[in-house]
Amino acid sequence: MEIQLKLNGRPVRDSIDADTLLIDFVRAHGCASVKRGCETSNCGLCTVLLDGKPVLSCSVLAARADGHEVQTLEGLQAEAEEFVAFIADQGAEQCGFCNPGYVMNTIALLRENPDPTDDEIRAYLAGNLCRCSGYEGQLRGIRAFLSARNQAKEGQDRG
Amino acid sequence: MLTIKRYVRAQSLEEAYTLCQKRANVVLGGMLWLKTQNRTVDTAIDLSDLGLDAIEETPEAFRIGAMVTLRQLEQHDGLAALTQGAMAESVRPIVGVQFRNLATLGGSLYGRFGFSDLLTLFLVLDAKVELYHGGTVPLADYAARPYERDILTHIVVPRQPGRVAYRAQRNISTDFPVLTCAVAVRSDGVRCAIGARPMKARLYTGDPALLTGGITPESAAAFGESIAAEASFGGNLRAGADYRRAICPVLVRRALLACKEEE
Ligand SMILES: Cc1cc2nc3c(=O)[nH]c(=O)nc-3n(C[C@H](O)[C@H](O)[C@H](O)COP(=O)(O)OP(=O)(O)OC[C@H]3O[C@@H](n4cnc5c(N)ncnc54)[C@H](O)[C@@H]3O)c2cc1C
Repeated sequence: MEIQLKLNGRPVRDSIDADTLLIDFVRAHGCASVKRGCETSNCGLCTVLLDGKPVLSCSVLAARADGHEVQTLEGLQAEAEEFVAFIADQGAEQCGFCNPGYVMNTIALLRENPDPTDDEIRAYLAGNLCRCSGYEGQLRGIRAFLSARNQAKEGQDRG
Repeated sequence: MLTIKRYVRAQSLEEAYTLCQKRANVVLGGMLWLKTQNRTVDTAIDLSDLGLDAIEETPEAFRIGAMVTLRQLEQHDGLAALTQGAMAESVRPIVGVQFRNLATLGGSLYGRFGFSDLLTLFLVLDAKVELYHGGTVPLADYAARPYERDILTHIVVPRQPGRVAYRAQRNISTDFPVLTCAVAVRSDGVRCAIGARPMKARLYTGDPALLTGGITPESAAAFGESIAAEASFGGNLRAGADYRRAICPVLVRRALLACKEEE
């Protein structure tokens, strides 16, 4: 069957099998940041934005994305760059495997809730598993980013 | 692995219903549970184009489309007000935001899963399910029925004055629950559902006379004991029957006291 969708802003048309998963579709179209982790809808590694909402691309049929908009980390570099260095500074990434899913879901979190509390960050990222770090590093990284951003904003408001 | 030979986005409920009469065909909700199965499907029937993804509000009820996601339930102000936040509390521990953006209420209730947080809560909300062919059925009856070949189109939750609370126990956050408990306190009495026993959720009456003097820590504890005595429990990987029987009165007491506090 033929589908057409918008992938990172570009229209893409292709022929797929009925059971092609969205993860395989986006990878076949150059989005190698989207990785296969647990494949049982548990780990968050394959997170993409479907019409702006974070979903598990390992559990969505590409056919279902027909006519919709899909974004991956490849298309969201500028938004990710704002905060990823803060996460790296905390040594939060060790093997780095979970990172693309984390970054995607953090983008979704900050769009939905630009100034989250620690509990809100934990709750939003609960579906992203990391087997190296114990999650505290990621939390510290996001907190450091928010503090730096808020301080810069306060400085601007005063100046 | 789930193998699908043909994908159809149904353009009418009649089309979806006709297709789902064939044993080899399957209706797709969020597909998360289906995907855990090892099966070959002839035609996957997608309900995405049928407008079943909205929560309609009338003066009498909330009418929730079967394709409404768990995340929509979590974020809905009207359902939050109706349940004093119990709706969000029941779904928040389910895997993660990305999962809840996909999993549907229809798939969750059709599945009548033993571990279901949602089945537990919707039972005390006196929900009814609307089936395309089977008409409107109280959820308590639907939950006890065998799986049928019909399309679940909506779930209707009446607006009723009262207080609702939800409590669940998990070995670790985002895992399947070890026991679930929902309580609704209304002028006509208390509704209490226990799920993940690990058998599916059911309503229990307990001994309502214990609460005639009001909800106090003592009466709530005694009522919890009466529910635990009435309910049956089993064991699975997550906990044994004795453990579940022991925590049941605790969850019931806490849920009842939460209803009381909120008054
Ligand atoms: C890893 C994992 C962890 C989970 N953890 C929890 C948990 O902790 N607590 C909890 O309560 N739940 C949990 N669930 C269950 C989850 O919340 C959903 O209830 C489940 O995935 C079914 O919803 P779905 O939309 O994915 O349905 P699907 O998987 O798409 O469908 C499930 C069944 O319902 C049928 N169906 C779907 N929609 C309709 C319809 N409208 N009419 C007729 N038939 C229909 C399908 O044919 C299928 O038989 C978990 C599931 C998974 C995979």
